[in-house]
Amino acid sequence: MEDTIAAISTSLGVGAISIIRLSGKEAINIVNSIFNQKDLTKVKTHTINYGFIIDNEEEIDEVLVSVMRKPKTFTMEDIVEINCHGGIATTTKILELVIDHGARLAEPGEFTKRAFLNGRISLLEAESVSDLIESVSEKQRKLAINGLNGRLTNVIKKIRDKILDLIANIEVNIDYPEYEDAIEVTHNYLKEKVNKIKKDLELLLSNASVGKIIKSGIDVALIGRPNVGKSSILNALLNEDKAIVTDISGTTRDIIEAKMVLNGITINLIDTAGIRETSDIVEKIGVDKSKQIINSADLIILVLNNNEELTEEDKELINEVQEKTNIIFVNKNDLKTKIKLDNKLNVIKGNTKELNGLEDLKQKIIEMYNLDKINEKDLTYLSNVRQITLVKGALESITKILKDIEKNIPIDMLEINLRDAFDKLGILIGETYEYELIDKLFKNFCLGK
Amino acid sequence: MNYDIIVVGGGHAGCEAAHIAAFLGKKTLLITMNKNNIADMPCNPSIGGTAKGVIVRDIDALGGLMGKVADESHFQIKMLNSKKGPAVRSLRCQADKITYPQNMLKKLEATNNLTIKEALVEDIIVKDNKIKGIILSNQEKIMCNSLILTTGTYLKSNILRGDVSLEGGPHGEKRSNFLSDNLKKLGFTIQRLKTGTPPRIKASSIDFTKCSPEYGDNIYYTFSHDDEPIYKIEDQQKCYLIYTNNKTHQIILDNLDKSSMYGGYVTGVGPRYCPSIEDKIVRFKDKERHQLFLEPESMYYDEWYIQGFSTSMPEDVQDQMVHSLEGLETSIITKYAYAIEYDAIDPLQLNPSLETKIIENLFTAGQINGTSGYEEAAAQGLIAGINASRKLEEKEPFILKRNESYIGVLIDDLVTKGTQEPYRMLTSRAEYRLLLRHDNADLRLREYAHTLGTITSEMYENYQNHLAEINNLKEFLKTTKLEINLEIKEKFKNNDFSLPLNKTPLIELLKRPEITMEFLDEMINIPFDNSIKDIVSIDIKYEGYIVKTKKEIEKMLKLEEKQIPKDIDYKKIKNLASEARDKLERIRPISIGQASRISGVNPADISILAVYLKKEYNND
Repeated sequence: MEDTIAAISTSLGVGAISIIRLSGKEAINIVNSIFNQKDLTKVKTHTINYGFIIDNEEEIDEVLVSVMRKPKTFTMEDIVEINCHGGIATTTKILELVIDHGARLAEPGEFTKRAFLNGRISLLEAESVSDLIESVSEKQRKLAINGLNGRLTNVIKKIRDKILDLIANIEVNIDYPEYEDAIEVTHNYLKEKVNKIKKDLELLLSNASVGKIIKSGIDVALIGRPNVGKSSILNALLNEDKAIVTDISGTTRDIIEAKMVLNGITINLIDTAGIRETSDIVEKIGVDKSKQIINSADLIILVLNNNEELTEEDKELINEVQEKTNIIFVNKNDLKTKIKLDNKLNVIKGNTKELNGLEDLKQKIIEMYNLDKINEKDLTYLSNVRQITLVKGALESITKILKDIEKNIPIDMLEINLRDAFDKLGILIGETYEYELIDKLFKNFCLGK
Repeated sequence: MNYDIIVVGGGHAGCEAAHIAAFLGKKTLLITMNKNNIADMPCNPSIGGTAKGVIVRDIDALGGLMGKVADESHFQIKMLNSKKGPAVRSLRCQADKITYPQNMLKKLEATNNLTIKEALVEDIIVKDNKIKGIILSNQEKIMCNSLILTTGTYLKSNILRGDVSLEGGPHGEKRSNFLSDNLKKLGFTIQRLKTGTPPRIKASSIDFTKCSPEYGDNIYYTFSHDDEPIYKIEDQQKCYLIYTNNKTHQIILDNLDKSSMYGGYVTGVGPRYCPSIEDKIVRFKDKERHQLFLEPESMYYDEWYIQGFSTSMPEDVQDQMVHSLEGLETSIITKYAYAIEYDAIDPLQLNPSLETKIIENLFTAGQINGTSGYEEAAAQGLIAGINASRKLEEKEPFILKRNESYIGVLIDDLVTKGTQEPYRMLTSRAEYRLLLRHDNADLRLREYAHTLGTITSEMYENYQNHLAEINNLKEFLKTTKLEINLEIKEKFKNNDFSLPLNKTPLIELLKRPEITMEFLDEMINIPFDNSIKDIVSIDIKYEGYIVKTKKEIEKMLKLEEKQIPKDIDYKKIKNLASEARDKLERIRPISIGQASRISGVNPADISILAVYLKKEYNND
C-alpha cells in the first residue's frame, strides 16, 4: 500500500467546485510538483494554501490546496485535496497531471479501504466496511460497464482485438520461430498497425469532447468592448428561445448568465458584461480578464461594432480568439459600415434592433458542433474521467511504441507496451486478460508438433 | 527395507527428483519398470525449444541433470530467436534417443545414496494421512518417509490407433492399473488427458533430395553452466523440412471417422498446442499445406521422426498419408503414430511445494500433474525432490516466484489455475520474461542452489567467477572513456552516428540505441568474453524496460508477502462471492498474490479477504 492514489471526490460537472483527493506517501510531493505558489512540503499540516496548478509553465487553474499530514487524516496517510473550479475539462486535466506525476487512479472504495487497513476505522466497523467495499465496487463495476453504451463497448473491443491480434502474432513468432505461416512482425509492419490503433484511440478521445457536450453543454462566452451590444445580443437570444434566465454564480471568474437549448444541447451563455462594466479600469484589465475567459470557454463570440473602425483593443481581441473556436458577430449592421475585417475571419453580421442575424448565429453554432447530427444513442462517447484517463493511458503506451520503433528496440520488448494498452482498455470494458491470449494463439494459428 | 525417499517412475521428472534427493543426502530409491527406459524420450527427439530451453538452463543452475546430459547427447544445437530480442532466445538440441538415456543412467548410477529398482507400483501405504510406503504388483511392500510419484503417462494408459485401443504405455510397456484408482479412493480428483505422437520412418526409405535441409548453428553452445562443448560444429546432423499437400488432406478428410479422435474413441482432452494433423486440417480448412520436419531419432538406429504429423488414424490410413508426402512416396513406417490417453491428478490439489494437500509427504511431478514435455517434467521433478528432502529436515519449502524462473511460472499456474489440457510452457505465459532469460539463469538461481545445497562448491565457484567478470565489465565501462581522435571521428561519421563529447564513458555511449558493444570494441579493446558482453549489454540497453518490469514485480511481490494463514475458514468471511469462496476453499492459496491470480476471484473479493485477514489476524 505504498503507492499514492488519486480520484475526483466530488460529482463531476455538478458542483461549482471540484475536489481532487490524493492519499499516500507521495501525495504532497506530487501536488507540490504542479503547484506554483509555495513549497507544499514545508507548509504546516492541516492548512489551506492558495495558488495555481501548473503544467510546465502554463497555469491550469486557480486553486486551494489542503495539506493534511499523517496520521491525523481519514486514511492515516498524507492527504492532499485540490479544490478547483469545477468543469470537466479543468478537473480532468488536474487529475491527469497528478497521475502523470506518479499517482495511480484509485479503485472504487479505496480511500475507505485504506482508512480501515491503516486502523483509522475500528475493528468493530470492519464488517460494515467490507459491506461498503463490496457494494461500492460492485456498483462501480456495473457502472463502469453500463456507463459505456453498447456501441462504445464494441468500438473499444474492436481496438482491443486489433491489439490482441498483434500480440498473438508476435507471440507466435517467438514461441514458434520456425512456423512460417504466421506473418513475421517486423518494425515496419508493427509501425503500420500501431499507427492505425493510434488513430482509433485518438478518434475516441476526440469524440470524448462530444460526450462532454451532451453531458454538460457548450460554454459560450460573449466578449467585446463595452457598448458593442453583448447584453442585447444575449437578451435577444434568450427572449426568442424563452429560456429561463438563471443567476447561478459559478466561480469568481465566470458568470453563467443564462442557459438556452439548441437541438437538445445546452448552451451555457457566459456574459462578461457584468465584470467589465463594474470595473473602472476597463481598458487596462479588460483584455486580461477576457483572456481568462477565452481560455475556459468552448466557444467565443466576439462582438464588434459595425459602425466603428477597429480599435487597438479590438485587434488584440481578434488575435486572442484565433486560437480558440470562435465566431465574430459584427453588430449594428443597420448603421453605416465603418469596420474593416480580414475576410478569413468567421464572421456573422446582424443587429439586435431588427433581430437580424441571430438565426444565422444559432445556425452557425449548430453547424460548428454538428448539433444536428448528435444523436445520443448512436455515437461513441467517452463521458467520464475514468474512461478518458484509461484511453489516454492506452494512447500513451501506443505512442511509446512508435518512438521505440525508431530506436530499433526489439519487437518482444515493444510488446510490453502493447500489453499495457490492451490491459487499460480491458479495465475500461470490464474484461480481464486471463486466458484470452493463449486462446487466441491457438485459435488463429495452426501450431503444433 | 526403509528409504528416506522413494521416487516412482524413471522419466525426466523421476530422474531429477531421485538425483537431487540423493545428492541432498537422502537414502533414495528410484523405481522404474525398465532400466533401459530411464529418461526415455517417447515423443520428439529434442530437448529445449522456446521457453523450454530456458527451463533447462534453470534446471542446470539449480543443480539438475537435464542440461548436462543433453550437452553430452545431442547431434545438433540451435539458438532459437537469435535475431529477436534477448529476452526470448532459447536453446534447442536434437538429442539422441539412445545416448541420452544411457548418459542419464550413468549419472544416476554414479550418484551416492541412490538405488535403482525395476518394479511396477500399484498402491501406496498411507497412515493418518501420511505416506508410509508403496506396494508393488507382486505385493512386496517398501517403506519410506516421503514418496514422489512421477508416473508419466503410465496410469491406466491406452494406446489408440483408429478403433484399436491397447492397454499400456509407450513402447508397449505395462501400465499401472490400480494406482490411479487407489489415489482416487484417497480423495484425489483424477482427470483423463490425451496426447499423441507422429509416425517414425526408416531413413533409408526417404528421398532426401526432395526435402530441404535445416542446419545447426555455427556457434558453440551448451545448456549447462559448467560444461565446455564436446561436439564439433561440422559434425552436426541435418534435419529436413517438407510439406503436406492436397492429396494428404484428401486422404485425411476421407478417413476422418476412422481416427480415434474423430471416431469418438477418445475420452481424454488433448492439448491445443499439439494438435493431430487431422485436427489441423479440419480446423484450418483453407490452408493449402502444413509444415513437417523430419528429424533423426538417433545416430544408432535408422528411424526418423515426422514432427507435425501426429495422428490417431488406423495403420493402413497412416501408410497412405505418409506415402502422399513428397520424398516419402515409398517410405517404410517403422512405428505407427498413436494417441495415448492416461490418468492425471488435478494439480489444484497440490501445494506450490508439489506436496499433495491430502497426503503429507506425498509429492507428484511431471505428466501426472497434467503437464506435457520433458523439460516441464524435469523441472517439477527437481523441485519435488528438493522439497521432499527439505520436508524431512523440517525446512521451509523452496518455492520459486513468477519473476525468478519459468519453473515458478509453471508451478504457480498449475497449482493456482489448474489445467484442462496437458500444460506446455510458452514464453507468453511469463509476464516477466524480460528477466527470465537464457543468459541470466545462473544469476537468478545459483545463489539459491548454493543455499539449498544442490550444487557442488566447484559449481558455485564457477558462478562467482562469472558474476565477478560481469561486475568487472560494468566497472570497466564506467571508468573507460572514449577519447575522440580523427580515426574515431571518421568511424562515427561513416556509420552516420552523431559524434559524442570527448571522454564520454563507454557506458553512456552504450545507452544509445545505435551503439553496440562490437562497435565500441573496434575502437577500444574490451577484454571480456562475448557471453559476459551480452549480459551486460542487455542490462544497459534495455534498462528502461527492465526498470518497468521490476516495478511491476515489486507490486506483485507485495501481494505475495501477504500470507494467508493455513487454517483460514473461508465460510466465515461475509460478502465473498460464492464462486470466489468455492475456489479459495479448493485452492487454498498461500498468499493474497496467489489468490488474486485465481480465475473467478475478482478484486472486490481480494479486498474483502484483505479486510478479513486484518481483522482476524491483524495481518498487514
